[in-house]
Amino acid sequence: MLFYLFAAVAVVASLLVIAQRNPIYSVLLLIASFGALSGLYVLLDAPFVAVIQIIVYAGAIMVLFLFVVMLLNAPHEETELDERVHPMMHPGAVRLGAALAVALVVELVWALTEGGGESGAFNSGAVSSVNAIGRLLFTEYAFPFEVTSILILVAMVGAVVIARREHP
Amino acid sequence: MVTLNHYLVLSAILFAIGTAGVFVRRNLITILLSIEIMLNAVNLTFVAFGRALGAADGQIIVFFVMTVAAAEAAVGLAIVIGLFRHRESLNPDSFTSLKW
Repeated sequence: MLFYLFAAVAVVASLLVIAQRNPIYSVLLLIASFGALSGLYVLLDAPFVAVIQIIVYAGAIMVLFLFVVMLLNAPHEETELDERVHPMMHPGAVRLGAALAVALVVELVWALTEGGGESGAFNSGAVSSVNAIGRLLFTEYAFPFEVTSILILVAMVGAVVIARREHP
Repeated sequence: MVTLNHYLVLSAILFAIGTAGVFVRRNLITILLSIEIMLNAVNLTFVAFGRALGAADGQIIVFFVMTVAAAEAAVGLAIVIGLFRHRESLNPDSFTSLKW
């Protein structure tokens, strides 16, 4: 089943992103995870989202990350977890985290078995054409779309201002 | 048969992985990557619900989420560059000047 293949790739790649010490490997593994998610979008009859996932996320945002990682040439993480000083290793924090993890696992199992109520099987009617999405984007969602352009402009100016050297 | 529940469970797992990454890692770039994992988990939820309800709105929200993620990555990485220039380190524990 393709879903399980893509899901396994996404989960394993995401876990390795967290586990890697070297940020370059993390970025490359995250690109693999995004590729698997793109396959899942295709399975969900959303080819438009699948394509912009590859083009925008894997192609633009991750390359920006890769560029910064290589530009900074940062040292590897010195110590993984210094158990004496790290606040995450406080006994109360560990107990709370374990309780939350158990709660999450119970909820996941419950959702996948009959206890999860109606199974949520997909009906046949799916809106997948770029035509329909574009029509909706420029009529009903025209105002958020225009606000997005301002957001991008602000982010662009902000990034330039923040990353600039103060005294060249 | 793969149902909506399967997609929601996968999304929850990915979101949990991203959250764990934010808390566990001591590297600013990896923390930003973990935030991207969480955003993608939410995107998967939107698309799956849009598919289940037969509406295109979920895919449009994903479009906006991706825009916000791009803006966040640009500003976040600019801040990371500024911090690294300041301290020669990416460990968030070394940026405690504002701690009271």
